Amino acid sequence: MSYTTKLISGLTLGLVLALSAAGQVKLGQPFPALAGHALEGTLPDFSGQVVLVDFWATWCAPCKASFPAYTELQREFAPRGFILLAVSVDKTAGPYEEFLQRFKPAFPTVRDAAQKLIAEVRVPAMPTSYLLDRHGIVRSVHSGYHGESTVKALREEIARLLEEKS
Amino acid sequence: MKIKLNLLLGLAVLAALLTGCTTVQPWERATLADPKMRPDRDPLHSAMFEHIYFSCEAATGGRGVGGSGCGCN
Repeated sequence: MSYTTKLISGLTLGLVLALSAAGQVKLGQPFPALAGHALEGTLPDFSGQVVLVDFWATWCAPCKASFPAYTELQREFAPRGFILLAVSVDKTAGPYEEFLQRFKPAFPTVRDAAQKLIAEVRVPAMPTSYLLDRHGIVRSVHSGYHGESTVKALREEIARLLEEKS
Repeated sequence: MKIKLNLLLGLAVLAALLTGCTTVQPWERATLADPKMRPDRDPLHSAMFEHIYFSCEAATGGRGVGGSGCGCN
């Protein structure tokens, strides 16, 4: 392979990778303000709380599989200042409302029907959850739902953040 | 001459990547994840296809790897 071919291939690959990773919310950065993204539903008061923002959709099986475990997390940590917000990216209301009626989650849910918030956050996979500290800074990102290992990691991280002084 | 040809080829690939191709973002895969996208959604079609496959190749089965295009983990 000649030098020119290698150079062009490298530049092309770099450009593609850079474009795909551009704009992603990263660790240590403030999470985008949730208001102003035309989210359907009532946003709870997050001030001074540890927040887990979970992006999900009804067409995503692992997303739905995470709901029972996330309900447990909400019940376990809510009295200590934790709140879980599930942000659906379903474009249509029907499947979203049907799932919520059936499951009745113990945590607040909103719908990003216009997919404005998720386009700003640019999640790497579905589902992806962002754990924010009491100041709204992203402290961990969980890409995908891997059952017990994800829940175990989240439980430890949430407990650690709740112990931090505000 | 060879360098020019490689350069031309590289530019063509770059142009295709920049203009003709797009990445379907993870949150845009609702249609790809629809059950209708599964190649084995219709048992009758699957049985017929399996029969044709057996007739052509004298082989059957071995279709255990599945999954649609949702890209979910």
